[in-house]
Amino acid sequence: MGYTVSEKILARASGQEVVRAGEIVKARVDVAMMPDLTTILAVNAMKAMGVERVWDNEKVVIILDHVAPASTPLAAEIHRDIRKFAKEQDLKYLYDVDSGVCHQVLPEKGHVKPGKLVIGADSHTCTHGAFGAFATGVGSTDMGAIMATGKTWLRVPETIKVNVEGKLADYVAPKDVILYTAGQIRADGATYNALEFAGTTISDMSVSGRMTLCNMAIEMGGKTGIVEPDEKTLSFLNGRTDGKFDLVHADEDAKYKSVLHVDADRLEPQIACPHKVDNVKPISEIAETKVNQAFVGSCTNGRLEDLQIAASILKGRRVHKDVRLLVVPASKEVYLEALDAGIIRDLIEAGATFSNPSCGACFGGHIGLLAPGEVGITSSNRNFKGRQGSPEALVYLASPAVTAASAVTGKITDPRDLQ
Amino acid sequence: MTMKVEGKSWKFGDDVNTDLIVPGKYLELVDPHEIANHAMEGIDPEFPRKVSEGDVVVGGKNFGCGSSREHAVIALKYVGVGAVVAESFARIFYRNAINLGLPALECPGITGAVSEGDTLEIDITGGKVVNATTGKELSFVPLPGFMVEVLGEGGLVAYIRKHLDEW
Repeated sequence: MGYTVSEKILARASGQEVVRAGEIVKARVDVAMMPDLTTILAVNAMKAMGVERVWDNEKVVIILDHVAPASTPLAAEIHRDIRKFAKEQDLKYLYDVDSGVCHQVLPEKGHVKPGKLVIGADSHTCTHGAFGAFATGVGSTDMGAIMATGKTWLRVPETIKVNVEGKLADYVAPKDVILYTAGQIRADGATYNALEFAGTTISDMSVSGRMTLCNMAIEMGGKTGIVEPDEKTLSFLNGRTDGKFDLVHADEDAKYKSVLHVDADRLEPQIACPHKVDNVKPISEIAETKVNQAFVGSCTNGRLEDLQIAASILKGRRVHKDVRLLVVPASKEVYLEALDAGIIRDLIEAGATFSNPSCGACFGGHIGLLAPGEVGITSSNRNFKGRQGSPEALVYLASPAVTAASAVTGKITDPRDLQ
Repeated sequence: MTMKVEGKSWKFGDDVNTDLIVPGKYLELVDPHEIANHAMEGIDPEFPRKVSEGDVVVGGKNFGCGSSREHAVIALKYVGVGAVVAESFARIFYRNAINLGLPALECPGITGAVSEGDTLEIDITGGKVVNATTGKELSFVPLPGFMVEVLGEGGLVAYIRKHLDEW
């Protein structure tokens, strides 16, 4: 009986020959990442453990992204204290408020490598499995212990394979694949499990799209998403990392808990309706639904190809008069690429409001909030009650293409119907 | 080691996410007592004023799903909750709870066996919940030894402090 990617990575990280799903291992962490809002609690935990210095000042990475730039005096205090901590600890990597969302910045800056163990104090850390790493989110106290010792305990997860075959139609996106998957597996169907994405659709998919898939593994309870590394992975990593890593692949006879088959050829745009991510329907089954705000951005869908498809839909059209369209690039790199590609002009001329790279409207603490009774459509990852402002607002999750098309018509719209 | 919790129950449904337990706008708070003022605000803003020390939160399946924010556990712990018993937990919340010394106990059948306000007696190490109001008894698989140790020390901070050399 062979081994899954997760079993192999966790065996290496825990210094063992082999480990099996279900075992609890103590593993060495390769990258410990923290966004602004969970860092201070982690620092306090580390110090309360009686440890004054982080175990490795090149492996702890802090990214100021959730409230970037600071929107309240309290947020400003948090940022100030983090900068002071980074200086005290001589941290090599502090990415300040100009950088972008942690899950975009971390791989762009070469911190994510195949076969490595990436732990982040943010639930969407599972995103980095898109590069063939084992990547999972923890709370601040766990992160404090990691900063203190470089180690953490993990239960080796069983793996659910999501096999996606075929070619996605025009205007059908990786987001539609993962929303469909969430509807099938449900919000707790992958709890404690790794979700491994495979099949011809995944081989053909960009690294950006693979990040969208892995990003939402947590919405099914998943511990990590994983895509086996290939030429596309290497091409993204080329020039970003030191190249010191191994490509870890599953054995032919690896043991999977279950396999979900997704037929990409027949997939239509999908919508997750309020207030649960697994409340998913194909767009053809959505009754007419007016929207007040549309948001393109976040670690799920704030990359160049997401902004590009939104711009291609909006070019030569106008954002509906009753809608505000908010566009937030996921990082400085994405922002500059979009600038060079001319699509920021297209979006702004069509009526979009642009904001600097940050978590933006996704988590409801910073910008782009909804009033009671309002309806939002968003390319982000959670439609929980109150997530984007008022608990009396309704949030629908969709692809960037559907979000942009809906911004044009003022109601939830299949981009293929816009012609 | 025996660990017991006894208190009045507060019942919540399935998929109670951490945005409901502590909305995102409060993530800038660091003081645990201030965080506790917003416990369960997304479901019942009055909860912090109604709950008493040692009370038990009873959840459905997938309790604590969503964001990794430790604020969710801090809020429940510092508002006085003595334990959370649920059909099942999301994994990050579960880890956070044990790490902060708040017993999180997976007990299938709990939602059907408890009405809000019932008094529960929980034997954490023995794996037993007694509904003292109805007399009904449920058992659950006790926590693994390592987690009982962490809970017994009062959480991961104290545990690591004590075991730093061997960790």
